Amino acid sequence: MSLQFDRIRCDGHGLCAELLPEMIRLDDWGYPILEPGPVPGELLDHARQAVAKCPVLALRLLVARPQP
Amino acid sequence: MINSALLGGPDPGLGVETAASHLARLGPLPQVDTHLIDVLDRSGLRGRGGASYPVGSKWRSIAGSRRSPVVLANGAEGEPLSGKDRLLMQSRPHLVIDGAFLAASALRAREIVFYIGESHVAAGDAIRRALAERADAPAPARLVSAPPRYVAGEESAAVHSVNDAIALPQTTPPRPYQRGVGGRPTLVQNVETLAQVGLIARHGDAWFRGTGPDGAGGTALVTVSAGASWGRVLEVPRGARVAEVVAAVGRPTDGVAAVLLGGFFGSWVGAAEAWGLRLDSVALRGAGRSLGCGVVGLLGADECGVRVTAEIAAFLGEQSAQQCGPCVFGLRAIAEALGRISACRSQPHELARLRTWATEVRGRGACHHPDGAAGLVLSALDVFEEEFARHTQQRGCAWPPPPQGSTRWTS
Amino acid sequence: MSSQALWFATRAAGAVSLLLLTAVVVMGQLARLRVQSAGWPRFLTVDLHRNLALLSLVFLAIHIVTAVVDPFTSLGVAPVVLPFGSSYRRFWLGLGTVAFELIVALIATSLLRARVGFRVWRAIHWLAYAAWPIAVVHGLGTGTDSTSAWMLGVTGVCVAAVAVVTLWRLLSAPLDPLRNVRRFAAQRHRVSGS
Repeated sequence: MSLQFDRIRCDGHGLCAELLPEMIRLDDWGYPILEPGPVPGELLDHARQAVAKCPVLALRLLVARPQP
Repeated sequence: MINSALLGGPDPGLGVETAASHLARLGPLPQVDTHLIDVLDRSGLRGRGGASYPVGSKWRSIAGSRRSPVVLANGAEGEPLSGKDRLLMQSRPHLVIDGAFLAASALRAREIVFYIGESHVAAGDAIRRALAERADAPAPARLVSAPPRYVAGEESAAVHSVNDAIALPQTTPPRPYQRGVGGRPTLVQNVETLAQVGLIARHGDAWFRGTGPDGAGGTALVTVSAGASWGRVLEVPRGARVAEVVAAVGRPTDGVAAVLLGGFFGSWVGAAEAWGLRLDSVALRGAGRSLGCGVVGLLGADECGVRVTAEIAAFLGEQSAQQCGPCVFGLRAIAEALGRISACRSQPHELARLRTWATEVRGRGACHHPDGAAGLVLSALDVFEEEFARHTQQRGCAWPPPPQGSTRWTS
Repeated sequence: MSSQALWFATRAAGAVSLLLLTAVVVMGQLARLRVQSAGWPRFLTVDLHRNLALLSLVFLAIHIVTAVVDPFTSLGVAPVVLPFGSSYRRFWLGLGTVAFELIVALIATSLLRARVGFRVWRAIHWLAYAAWPIAVVHGLGTGTDSTSAWMLGVTGVCVAAVAVVTLWRLLSAPLDPLRNVRRFAAQRHRVSGS
């Protein structure tokens, strides 16, 4: 499972970084920088929380799929 | 050494090649179906819009779809230094149309859209008139204008333009090959690539790979430019060296300090290293560079690389679609920092912050616009290391300042 | 249970519901205002907004059940879902039904937000600005003690809280950093002739 987010919908609320600081930090303007790679098992619940609590539903948890 | 496959025939500077001349020179358009995709696979043709994606693979990903697809011929050419697409459209419209028709036949498309920059008036007129002369369209074809913005040629922006008349990039997935114009799988292909298809369908993949009987192999169109005021398009064989290409347009190599390879979306290369580079997208990628849309920009020995980079960065920041925070604020911060450095008024640790911002902004936009700007800036920090040091530590520049507000590279 | 006790339970649960719903509205505005401090992270506002809304459902349930069961009101179950269908205080009670149904819609769509989709969820969430005032008016209009000091006091506190935080929000600049920039940029990217 990996995290992806809609960069256009993101408004820089920053809840995701509060709820999953191990994988998400904020840049100088409050927008998220995601740690690449799959979400480790022990963080999956926190990741789901972050996805559910995003005020604009920009964050998503997806089964990783290779893209052309 | 200039090869003439795309631009063979009458002088491109004289305007549109007529349908009669086109047919006489190249022969009729062959009937094709999906087997053309195998031919394209074997030919090794890669896209000429900037991403250099293998064309056969791209078509194959669309061929299997349930819904009938759309072909979008991308002639937006938003890169200011590039002139190849408009030259091709205004002098060889029938070849471009051939490629689009071939794609529509091979993919059983229901519609063809020619997406042409609104400021490329001659190109748009040529395509429109040429289309009116054709009776062999496999699907209804129309023209859509691209606004004169840098991101208008991005594939999701092109689709957005056709769907909703607004040339802004969109969130992906889904990408156009999955869901594009009218919700259908859409082939977004650069017009030069389509023209190449028009030749490969007639001469075969072996001809393109360079083992054809007349010795002509795969070619590419490149634009050699010296700022925004001078540029020349020429057709070169794949693998031609930068030095040969520059010599072929009559520019002296000793007057060049650095080369901007790939346009504003590309990267700076020091002159000494640049001369030996081969203009082949695969080879360049192996060397950590990119051919991009084929721009070879020449920085004069009388120009300051720091100033020019600052000018281009300001342009790229202003051209952002302004949809994503990191692009809006990141590129703005980068442009402002470069502006201060260029004017010898930099703040402490400005270079380190610049490098951090450029590194951080990559991959954080909905499209690759911030990535292009970041690549340009990071390459500038390397290639113009001495000049940057002079500007920041000694607060001086080795060259006299250009006239106030001059925009040699972006106007 | 005596009718007196039921009536008391209805009024009390109704008052607590109003206080909780007021807190939910205030939390919602604070979330839009992006308030935070060292001790109050952003997700706390969002969590309180959600949990207090769910808690208010509990007290609403008590409020409604005790009212239905009270022999004095002789309400059937129908007025719980059909507004203005009771003979007992038809109008004011009907408002209560409307408010209750709006709240159920708000909470249901929020719990199913991922499935319903962001745009639909946001459109329905605007109904919160209708639900809360209707609940307030319902509380003032229904019941024999609507002008008693404690009821007026509770209502006053709720209205003041919402008024203050709404004024704060209206006077604040929009906190979406890209709002103005986006609109202007969209204009410049229009396809000509469109």
